Parts: sequence; C-alpha cells; structure tokens
Amino acid sequence: MIFLQLFLSFLKIGLFGFGGGLAILSLIQHEVESHGWMTSEQFVDIVAVSQVTPGPIGINCATYVGFTATNSVWGSVIATSAIVLPSLVIMLLLCKLYFVLNARFQRSIYFQQTMRMLRFSVLGLIAAAALCLMTPVSFIDWRSWVIFVVVSVLTIAPQYIQMTDSNGKNAIYLLRKSVQIISHPIILIVLAGLVGYFIYA
Amino acid sequence: MLYLQLFWTYLKIGSFTLGGGYVMLPMIEREVVDRRRWIDSEEYLNMIALAQAAPGLIAVNSAIFIGWRVGGWRGVIATVLGAVLPSFVIILAIAILFQDYHQYPAVEAVFKGVRPAVVALIAAPLCRMARSAKITWTTALVPIAGALLIWLVGLSPVWIIITTVVATLLYTYLNERKQR
Repeated sequence: MIFLQLFLSFLKIGLFGFGGGLAILSLIQHEVESHGWMTSEQFVDIVAVSQVTPGPIGINCATYVGFTATNSVWGSVIATSAIVLPSLVIMLLLCKLYFVLNARFQRSIYFQQTMRMLRFSVLGLIAAAALCLMTPVSFIDWRSWVIFVVVSVLTIAPQYIQMTDSNGKNAIYLLRKSVQIISHPIILIVLAGLVGYFIYA
Repeated sequence: MLYLQLFWTYLKIGSFTLGGGYVMLPMIEREVVDRRRWIDSEEYLNMIALAQAAPGLIAVNSAIFIGWRVGGWRGVIATVLGAVLPSFVIILAIAILFQDYHQYPAVEAVFKGVRPAVVALIAAPLCRMARSAKITWTTALVPIAGALLIWLVGLSPVWIIITTVVATLLYTYLNERKQR
C-alpha cells in the first residue's frame, strides 16, 4: 500500500515538476510532509546531502525518501522510477513531435506564453520551498540567522562583483576570486557544517 | 558499443556534477557536442529548450533526448540509467548507513549549522532567476501569490502549475481571437 502511495506521489512530482531541481523541491516537500514520510527537519537534511553529493536533486530526494518511508531498497527503486516515468513519456512524445513538426510548435504563441508564465510561477514555488523550511527546527537561534544571511550574501555577491572592472589590482582580484570560490554551494555547505560543529557540539 | 558509450557518458555526467540540473548543462554540452559529436550546437540549444519545457528533471530529460536521438529505445535506457545510477547508489548508501544520524551529537551539530545554509541556497538564487526571467512589478504578482498560497494556505504546488498553464492558454486564446 505504501509502495503504491509512494509510486503515485513521485509520479505526480515527475509530471508537474517544471523548472528544474529547486522548483521540484516544493512539490517533494508537499508530498512527503502530507503523507508523514518525513519531518521537515529530515527534509532539510536530505536537501543538504543532495547539495554535496553528485546527481540531480530530484533523484537524490526520491531515492532517500523511498528508502526512509519503506525501510527497503524497493522503496527507492519505485520512487526513483516514478519520478522519471512522466519525463520518459513526455520527452519521447516531444522528441517525435519535434522531429516531425521541425520545431514549429516552439514558435507557437501558446507555447511561448505558457513557458514564460511557468517561469514566473516556478519562482513562487522556489520561494515557497524556502519559506516552508524557515521553521524553528532549522532556525534554532540568532546564530542560524547569521549563517543564513552570510550564505545568502555569498551566493548573490559574485554576480555583482563581476560587474566591476579589474585593472590588474591584485588584492581586489584575489578577493574577488576567493569570493567566487567560496560561493560554490558545496563549499558553503561544508563551511556551514564546520561552523555548526564548533558552535553547537 | 554505442550503447556502452551512451551509458558511460551519462554515468560521467551523473557522477561528476554536484548541485543539480543547471550545473550539469555545461558538462553535458562538453561531452555530447564537443567530445562525442552526437549533436551540433544548434541541436543542443533545441535540446535544452525541450528539456526545460517538459516536466521532470532537466538532466534526465536531456539524457532521454540524446538516448533517443543517437540510439533509439535502447539508447534511452542506456542514458537514463547512466544519469540516475550514481545518485541512486550514493544516496541509498547514505540512507542505509546513516539511518539514525540524529543520535550522534556531532552529526546533529553539523546539521544545525547546515540547515539555515540550505534554506539560503534555495532562496538566494531567486534574485538571479527573477532577473533572467525579466520579471516586472506586475508579473511579480504571479510568484508572490503562488508562494503565499503554498506557504500559508498549504495549497499543493501542483495546482499552481495547472492554474498557470490553463490560465495562460485561455488568456492567449482570447487575446488571439480579439485581434482577428
């Protein structure tokens, strides 16, 4: 029974998951929390693990949720297959359509408008994922907020730093380069983990 | 041999790209266009458009496209398995080994530091994404309304997607008819 629920949930996630990994997170979160397969704490943890391990975040989440919900490898197999299945059907359909119609549908106004609006609502989905995770479980005290702000700034900063011109000033160049390196998600997660170990252990 | 190449290429893409779909795109381009020459750059751009238009994971969608284009059905099986297997094996191993990770105070302390960082890593890219989507004050209402409905009302994100698609198609249809 739980296997069927798992299959249907991840089928739904695969079918409505537009806009890549981050947008899919809010769908996964809604499904796993409404079924009680995971607490929101466990969910943040698996997102963290997904960020530092290779592969698409959606696959990582499906595999992990499948195992923890059923305590069996088959749960992982079913959840992972279910999230891929809609892609398989729709992509193959689109591939055929694409070669037949010679990309004509891509120029259709209906297609373009839908894609444009989906991009906007996907932003809302990502914001919702972040808002739903801003719980007292993830933010235990003021130090959590410091970590949140520092990581946010380091993630956003490189886009703006690149705009300033480098005139061979080495100190500034080095600073910029180091911000760029630190701002990689994996490095930020590892650093946050180290900070957590030193202040909470 | 071809299927093995397809499998191997996507196994590499699946095991060396950290951080999900958008990080994978440059690696996919390098492997599929520059090295293997399975498709040219123009087709690559079309592939990305299709992979983003279809629901699901972008990396998996691109795997399906290349598999189908190069090797038909068996090609699809080879590329999808290649793209999925590394994540699957690594995460399964972690899930099995660290089932009771909450018991270890050290691990729990690490995660206490990591959790707010993860929320920041989800929220912060919104700035860049909003800019590249060329969002305006009016169109910003769409994501704001969506986020609030999911967050405060507990609406399923599925409904946001369905509403967006149906409303846009309807609006475009009415607009087109008015112009005629």
